[in-house]
Amino acid sequence: MANTATEPDAKAPAGDGLDRQLLQGRPHQRHGGLWLTAAIVLFAIFLISYSLITNPRFEWNVVFGWFTSERLFTGLLRTLGLTAISMAVGIVVGVLLALARLAPNAVVAGTAAFLVWLFRGVPVFVQLLFWGFIAAIYPRIAVGVPFGPEFFSVDANVLITPFMAAILGLGLNEGAYMSEIVRAGLLSVNRGQTEAATALGMRRFAILSRVVLPQAMKIIIPPTGNQTISMLKTTSLVSVLAFPELLYSAQLVYSANFKTIPLLIAASMWYLLVTSILSLGQYFIERHFNRGGITPGRSTRRTRKAKAENSRTAPQEVQP
Amino acid sequence: MTEVMIEAQGVTKSFGDLEVLNGIDLTIPKGSVTCIIGPSGSGKSTFLRCINQLETLDGGYILVEGQPVGVKVRKGRLHAQNNAEAAKMRENIGMVFQSFNLFPHMTVLENICEAPVRVKKESRKAVQDRAKILLERVGLSEKVHAYPASLSGGQQQRVAIARALAMEPRLMLFDEPTSALDPELVGEVLDVMRKLADGGMTMIVVTHEIGFAREVGDHLIFMDGGGIVEQGDPRTVLSDPQHVRTKQFLAKVI
Ligand SMILES: Nc1ncnc2c1ncn2[C@@H]1O[C@H](COP(=O)(O)OP(=O)(O)OP(=O)(O)O)[C@@H](O)[C@H]1O
Ligand SMILES: [Mg+2]
Repeated sequence: MANTATEPDAKAPAGDGLDRQLLQGRPHQRHGGLWLTAAIVLFAIFLISYSLITNPRFEWNVVFGWFTSERLFTGLLRTLGLTAISMAVGIVVGVLLALARLAPNAVVAGTAAFLVWLFRGVPVFVQLLFWGFIAAIYPRIAVGVPFGPEFFSVDANVLITPFMAAILGLGLNEGAYMSEIVRAGLLSVNRGQTEAATALGMRRFAILSRVVLPQAMKIIIPPTGNQTISMLKTTSLVSVLAFPELLYSAQLVYSANFKTIPLLIAASMWYLLVTSILSLGQYFIERHFNRGGITPGRSTRRTRKAKAENSRTAPQEVQP
Repeated sequence: MTEVMIEAQGVTKSFGDLEVLNGIDLTIPKGSVTCIIGPSGSGKSTFLRCINQLETLDGGYILVEGQPVGVKVRKGRLHAQNNAEAAKMRENIGMVFQSFNLFPHMTVLENICEAPVRVKKESRKAVQDRAKILLERVGLSEKVHAYPASLSGGQQQRVAIARALAMEPRLMLFDEPTSALDPELVGEVLDVMRKLADGGMTMIVVTHEIGFAREVGDHLIFMDGGGIVEQGDPRTVLSDPQHVRTKQFLAKVI
């Protein structure tokens, strides 16, 4: 009986009349829906391309001329710098706020929660304007003892340049969002991990940096990649501070030559290109932080070594 | 006179309104194996966790090798230990958990070497050599570079024991080390623990393995409702329990 269950005899179908040999195959796949949708989408692509090519108002020669222009490229570099620095500030602020919110000290946790509420609740556009116009509220920024002697002071307009205002506005707003992401990551790590590390005599900082954070990364990385891509485009809001990043550079050009649409397309093409590259980078970083997981398909030098020495792993799971 | 590893007096602990420990008095000599049995929720884990300060005491005291747990006396007044002082005490106390709690992002070798290298600042080379000897002792020499996820439960628990031993503790706490294991894997972990006991390690073992308690244990404690109901020589307690609650419990588990 057990034998017929594992190796059915195709020549002699059982009494139920089912063809055992037929059942060995795979069911017939229906592709009708796929072909139909493909046809519709292809037709749509054709219509859009036709319009893009034949409508002279897109002025593709102008688009590509400006796409490769030095002015937009300089703007792009500023956008990339702004994205990188704002994200760096956001991640550092986010980690600090997340740790503060999980601290046993209620005052520390409450203060962090308040800051998250503030920097997340006010539109980032308003925050940018606020930092940009800070000189109107505090004309001079001083370092000293409160109500006591002042060591030195600077003109707020000198210290808070449009660039600084942009970093403050974008970075602090980002920090509020990142703190939620980091907090979710830290909370995702099993409490037993902290307890095991504690029981081994590890100190708090070592537990955090060696045990909890590396595991939290699996949760933290994907949304952080998302945030970076989002930040790339949010930097375009900085045009209100007259900081010539990619979008504002394009705006400066078209306010002079009135080629509005071609310049917006040229800028958008750069945004799309960089987004694509960032997505690719995210894929590799995620793969790195997945090590030690049970996800099949990963293969780094370390896992290959581990698998080779692990007799329990079936040989077909070893990646070439 | 035998040296004392643990002296506990009037230990109480509550979670909110729930009193989990209601006055534990206990003395454990060095080199002995003490097994704690008792029904679920009787406070076995909580008592174990009080010894290495994963929980704080509400009342009473515990001394480990004569040193008070969680507190220090200065100028005739009692102060709470700070984190570094608590960590220092934990270095000498190994703990093995029901759910293994290996670090999943580290290989077996990295799991074992992490604490000795980071905490005791020993040279990585020396620790790795020691780790390999320990892995040999728990029968896992070939798993040095494996990740925990690729090991069976019994293998993971043996790595966890090796990881705790790498800190060269003077006391080992086991909280139901075999309860999460398939029956056929229980034996391999108990064998490792048996060898450890034969080597003279002081051990406190919360377990449901009555056979282990009888054969390896020097002392058996039966806990119920947050207190010690009965204790004594394992063979005596198991074959001739005095208390009605002990009798009821043993009738259920044997
Ligand atoms: N962190 C906590 N917060 C609130 N209640 C807790 C906490 N830890 C344990 N308890 C409660 O304390 C009681 C004793 O728990 P403990 O884990 O010490 O029991 P145990 O004897 O180890 O039981 P088991 O055999 O199920 O492990 C239980 O009722 C449990 O629900
Ligand atoms: Mg327990």
